[in-house]
Amino acid sequence: MSSSFIRPTRRNFLAGSAAIGAAGLLGIKPASAAVDWKRFAGTTLEVNLVKSPRSETILKYLSEFEALTGIKVNAEATPEQQQRQKTTIELSSGKPSFDVVHLSYHVQKRQFEKGGWLADISGFVKDPSLTDPSLVESDFAEAGMQFAKDSQGVLRSLPFSVDYWIVYWNKELFEKKGLSYPSTFDEMASAAEALTDKSSNTYGFVARGLKNANVPVWTTLLLGYGSTPLGPDGKLRTTSDEAVEAAKMYQRLMTKSAPVGVSGFNWAEAQSAFLQGKVGMWLDGVGFAPPIENPEKSRVVGKVGYGIMPKGPKAQAAATTGDGIGVTAASKNKEAAYLFCQWVISHDMGARLLQAGAGVPFRNSILEDAKVREGVTMPSTWVDAVAGSAKVSQLALPVIIPVTEFRDIYGVGLTNMIGGADPAAELKSATAQFEPVLARSEG
Amino acid sequence: MASVSMDTARSNSIANGRSKPGRLAPNYWPFVVPALLVIAAVIVFPWVFTLWMSVNSWTLGQPVVFAGLDNYTRLLVDMRFWESLWHTALYTLLAVVAPLILGTLAALIFDAQFPFRGLLRGVFVMPMMATPVAIALVWTMMFHPQLGVLNYLLSLVGIGPQEWIYNQNSVIPSLVLVETWQWTPLIMLIVLGGLAAVPREPYESAEIDGANAWQKFRYLTLPMIAPFLMIGVMIRSIDAVKSFDIIYAMTQGGPGTASETINIYLYNTAFSYYDIGYGSAMAVVFFIMIVALSFVLMMIRQRANWSDTETR
Repeated sequence: MSSSFIRPTRRNFLAGSAAIGAAGLLGIKPASAAVDWKRFAGTTLEVNLVKSPRSETILKYLSEFEALTGIKVNAEATPEQQQRQKTTIELSSGKPSFDVVHLSYHVQKRQFEKGGWLADISGFVKDPSLTDPSLVESDFAEAGMQFAKDSQGVLRSLPFSVDYWIVYWNKELFEKKGLSYPSTFDEMASAAEALTDKSSNTYGFVARGLKNANVPVWTTLLLGYGSTPLGPDGKLRTTSDEAVEAAKMYQRLMTKSAPVGVSGFNWAEAQSAFLQGKVGMWLDGVGFAPPIENPEKSRVVGKVGYGIMPKGPKAQAAATTGDGIGVTAASKNKEAAYLFCQWVISHDMGARLLQAGAGVPFRNSILEDAKVREGVTMPSTWVDAVAGSAKVSQLALPVIIPVTEFRDIYGVGLTNMIGGADPAAELKSATAQFEPVLARSEG
Repeated sequence: MASVSMDTARSNSIANGRSKPGRLAPNYWPFVVPALLVIAAVIVFPWVFTLWMSVNSWTLGQPVVFAGLDNYTRLLVDMRFWESLWHTALYTLLAVVAPLILGTLAALIFDAQFPFRGLLRGVFVMPMMATPVAIALVWTMMFHPQLGVLNYLLSLVGIGPQEWIYNQNSVIPSLVLVETWQWTPLIMLIVLGGLAAVPREPYESAEIDGANAWQKFRYLTLPMIAPFLMIGVMIRSIDAVKSFDIIYAMTQGGPGTASETINIYLYNTAFSYYDIGYGSAMAVVFFIMIVALSFVLMMIRQRANWSDTETR
């Protein structure tokens, strides 16, 4: 008994969480909690979510929120692309069918701001009858607050889950070649080349090569060269020396060490290749530990290291994307919708997200909670990579309206580079195409 | 009452020696109006609205501004549009010709008598019944350069791995392969129908004259099934030119824009970039192109029918 108390298993932890939840339902609340959760009992909320492990976690525990508040929730989760189309069309009509919307910051932030589609929730956060005292800005990772506030500094949503770009590396393949995890970009490229043996169908590196999906790979490298696609003045710097060098590094990794056909790979194809145990390193978002550690899907269970992005020539940076949850400006139930958002990013829900490997909460108090970390079902090196990435986090994509065009146009250039095209020429051509699109969007 | 007035109207027009097909007795209008309303709502209105959108600059979330013909002039200098036009033409050509040849061959084979012919015909037409997106997912797995069965089969005969849909040069032929696999049975069914209607006598005469198998096919079968082939070409052309599901599910127009047809580009413009005005202009141009193609094909079919009549 005592040993299980000191080192709780996942089951014990969940049982404990359930007991705490039940106590909460029975009205046993901490003395400090002044939130009147029942204030909007009887209200019905419409919630629009992106189908993902994050939304699955929300849906799984939705009944807890309904019992806590007496609010009825009709939640709909649709695949990412369809959800983005649906929300944009409905929100631009001025009469969305939902009160709460789940948004991908790295794609939709600027679009939502310009459309004025999200309600100002800064007043709610200051209202003690609506907001738990533990919910303070300083608890969120800096990138989270950057995402959640608009250009005037008004809070428009609550940061939900963060995605850091990390390197998954096959320890077994590295050991066979006597290599260790690279600490710089050059070491990464050299290791990738050393691991590649086309005769045995083994490759050193894999990442997204497919148009659009491949752009964060390049921008991740670009951060290591100390630059970003858009300067502080809002001008593109995608033909700069740093941008070209990052593109050359992308080309080197993807042509010398990547599997055949990588120009058509999105994350799913890259994942399939890595799970077969024939790829040394895979650069992508942090959320792929569950399939890697699932023996039914993976041949590399227990053999994978989770590395923070190696240092580039000028900086070490973990490219960051994320999603948030907000209240629509057109909602007639803004306070009730805000309560839902608050519950979604609560300590308990964040802990569940992290422990299942379904996502990484933006809140430091969750990441640093030793009890939460003990309950994480993923390897400890994964949690270390998450925590380490948080310290060097930088936004992966520019905060602009035409993010999709940006990704499509530069993505075509990157795909062409895998086919052997000149990086400088491709970036020049892509910039010439994208400049008018950007000008139109901000005009 | 209605029949009496109709009869009266008809007898009057006959008596006058001219017909007025456009005129209906007033008490017939209540029966026609619902259909007209439905047509106006689901066909006329969307088209008028698309035309209106195409002369406006409208990005979702931003105000609508009248742009005149700007969206159309933008099309003229948009290299991605011209590239997608070329991809559409190439894809359509290959996706018509390949099933046409293979479907005709299959029809000739299945027209002959052999054991289990009915069963094999049934098996052959099965791809046609499958859902395009499901087909796309299965073929995507088969095309996978490392894990796909196609490269495994090639390796058995000593051929190295191919990149299929993952290479800019081979993506369109690979997509056409899927399209061909699915739609060859349709051509086969159409041609089989034609072959069933072909008379036996000309073949008997040709055999007496010493014609070989190729000559019989070239000078007898082919001219006689030409009208059926034209129907096949027409159906396949219109289907291939507006093909979307298989391409989108398998490549989304990639790698790069190597398999981006007008449909895919149009979809991306309207629903990924939310540039509704420009997407609408593209839809209008694309519609005109499909109408023109249909018109040309109908003309050719008409000629095929005439030559068929002349043959008889």
